[in-house]
Amino acid sequence: MIVRILGEGQLHVDDAAARELNELDAKLEAAVERNDESSFRPVLDELLARVRAIGRPVEPGALEPSELILPGEGATMEDVRKLLAGDGLIPG
Amino acid sequence: MFRAKTNKVLDRMEDPRETLDYSYQTQLELLQKVRRGVADVATSRKRVELQMNQLQQSSDKLDRQARDALSVGREDLARDALTRKSGLQSQLNELNTQYTTLQGEEERLTGASQRLQAKVESFRTKKETIKATYTAAEAQTRINEAFTGISEEMGDVGLAIQRAEDKTEQMRARAGALDELMASGAIDDMVSGPRDDIQLELDRMGASHDVDAELARLKGELSQGSAPREIEASAASSDGAAPGNTAATDGQAASAAPPAGPQAGDGT
Repeated sequence: MIVRILGEGQLHVDDAAARELNELDAKLEAAVERNDESSFRPVLDELLARVRAIGRPVEPGALEPSELILPGEGATMEDVRKLLAGDGLIPG
Repeated sequence: MFRAKTNKVLDRMEDPRETLDYSYQTQLELLQKVRRGVADVATSRKRVELQMNQLQQSSDKLDRQARDALSVGREDLARDALTRKSGLQSQLNELNTQYTTLQGEEERLTGASQRLQAKVESFRTKKETIKATYTAAEAQTRINEAFTGISEEMGDVGLAIQRAEDKTEQMRARAGALDELMASGAIDDMVSGPRDDIQLELDRMGASHDVDAELARLKGELSQGSAPREIEASAASSDGAAPGNTAATDGQAASAAPPAGPQAGDGT
């Protein structure tokens, strides 16, 4: 599947890796729900690092939508809340 | 977690081919915007760089002053200079952090600009193909495909531009404040006091040091008394003693005169 890290572009990620990413994803979501900044940051960093490690960059000219969109490095919990709210992901 | 949303533009589509052209225009505008964004961030970064250079020069000057002060035994002045230097140093550290942030934004936006450009070019090719082989039946799917990929990229680039604008705006405000401080001389005051009092003191000490050296030189000359005159006299007599080598006639005429003096004196 194709995953986008906001601000970095798209990556091909094997579906087999989805399980591992889902676990991190769940942790991240939990941290945001608990408003727990101290666990939010490391989990986000780990999630992005894993995606970068296992992902292969999609060639820039490809016009394919992503299945998953992840917040970029340095995103705040506030940014992530906006993404989760589902409305403000793609402005315009 | 964050399921991608399809573009709302699709719902409003009437003639798909027109929408393709319209979307392409929007993409080109966004591309312009992201390039301007890169230029803006670069300008802010250069401005911070300039300020860092200025502060660094001031800091180097204080460092030299501290050394000069120590070399003439004025630890108090040296301490004063170093205290001011440490004040500058913390300003420099802050600027350095800003510089790194701006550099990061610049790289990010440059990357976004390149990705968007590649996608816009693909979109243009695809658009032309779709228009050339247009049949209503297949158009909807193919246009959907073209749109979803580019609109997501556009959204991402839009966010990146927004973020970079926010950052540079903050930096610009701070850089402006620092520029005003520099222009008003307040930073200079911070560097070396209202009239550069450290330098004045060093200059005063330097001047008195120079006066001492000059005095010593004069004293030395006086104590040697007539020595310079003897040297002149011997030089003149050697000129007279060895005439013909250089200018025969002139040398001869000149050399005739000095011996004439003593001879005349001898005579009387």
